[in-house]
Amino acid sequence: MKTDALIDMLANSAGAIEPGFALRRFAIAAAIGTGGAALLMATILGPRHDFAYAVRLPMFWVKLAFVASLAGLGTMGAWRLSMPARPIGSIPRAIVAVVAGIWLIAAFALAQHAPHGRIALVLGSTWTSCPWLIAGLSVPVFVALAWAMKGMAPTRLRRAGAMAGFASGAVAAFVYSIHCPELGAPFLGTWYLAGIAVPAAVGTLLGERLFRW
Amino acid sequence: MVRTARQARLDATEAGLRDLLVAGVAGDESAYRAFLVALAAHLRRFLRPRLASRPDDLEDLVQECLLAVHNKRHTYDASQPVTAWIHAIARYRFIDLLRRREGREIATDDLDDEVDPGAAAAHEAADARRDLAKLLGLLPDRQRLPIVHVKIEGRTVAEAADLTGMSSAAVKVGIHRGLKALAAMIRTRG
Repeated sequence: MKTDALIDMLANSAGAIEPGFALRRFAIAAAIGTGGAALLMATILGPRHDFAYAVRLPMFWVKLAFVASLAGLGTMGAWRLSMPARPIGSIPRAIVAVVAGIWLIAAFALAQHAPHGRIALVLGSTWTSCPWLIAGLSVPVFVALAWAMKGMAPTRLRRAGAMAGFASGAVAAFVYSIHCPELGAPFLGTWYLAGIAVPAAVGTLLGERLFRW
Repeated sequence: MVRTARQARLDATEAGLRDLLVAGVAGDESAYRAFLVALAAHLRRFLRPRLASRPDDLEDLVQECLLAVHNKRHTYDASQPVTAWIHAIARYRFIDLLRRREGREIATDDLDDEVDPGAAAAHEAADARRDLAKLLGLLPDRQRLPIVHVKIEGRTVAEAADLTGMSSAAVKVGIHRGLKALAAMIRTRG
């Protein structure tokens, strides 16, 4: 086919694209993924039984802010990595800053405890299940985000996969925090991040294959 | 001096392409056509040095990039530089071409230097296949996948339904509408 003929054909079949089409699609996918994770959490796990009491504790809101900012940053990063040449900007630095923040709070908490009590603070009472539940809840989020990203044009495939995994893990951690009884920063800074790391690693491995176009 | 002249040319290219693309995406067909024409010229300049050892592939790759830019035009954000966006797509297609080429060369290794009287015919067939692949790329998945599975790979409608997760009826409708759309494309192009 001659290039001119191809141009004719493309120009004839083009038509207008609604402004904000890609962003709307991405936002809808993120909302559906989050909804899926929330539904899964509500039916299988349920919110923590002392939820009404927990919302009066400042640390509950610190925990929520911690996971919400990771989820927001991750989702924004996945959005940017879905577009050719779109710079990722300060998102990785902001993620590092949030993690550093929770570790700083964790360090204070640990410093206030006698050495023999510190390990209990890190392990909490649910460390064996927490990362796996977060990883499990991330599945619907990952599927929805990957669908939206495939419809765009990621050109940095591994990084796009990693960020999709990180974002879905962080959204899952946010949803999970409604169920989770733990409030200690040492716990959050260890096991929440471990739970987020699982889908992030899976996404890194799948990126090349998943997002190729 | 030389550098500023070059910079001025780049700025002009950037502004020209950007305005045409923005107008084209908003539905202005003649602006979009002008964008594609300017884009093809720009892509040739951008890709020629990369394909210095294979000049025959240049026009093919230019066409693939045109198609990719067209199919992904909803991912251009008007607040970002358009040339950077185009170059990222072109580089991605270029790398993909190398990847596919590698696969093909490995696959044809055992053929050795066998003399092939049907080489010219094979060439034409390859052209036709490439054209078809390009046209298929323009169809939505619900039409393209049924056609690829049933008409090209020779599977049954039921197998295609399994593969795509569509119902058999939807596969049949997809094939029917897709073939009709392909025929229309070939007519407008001829």
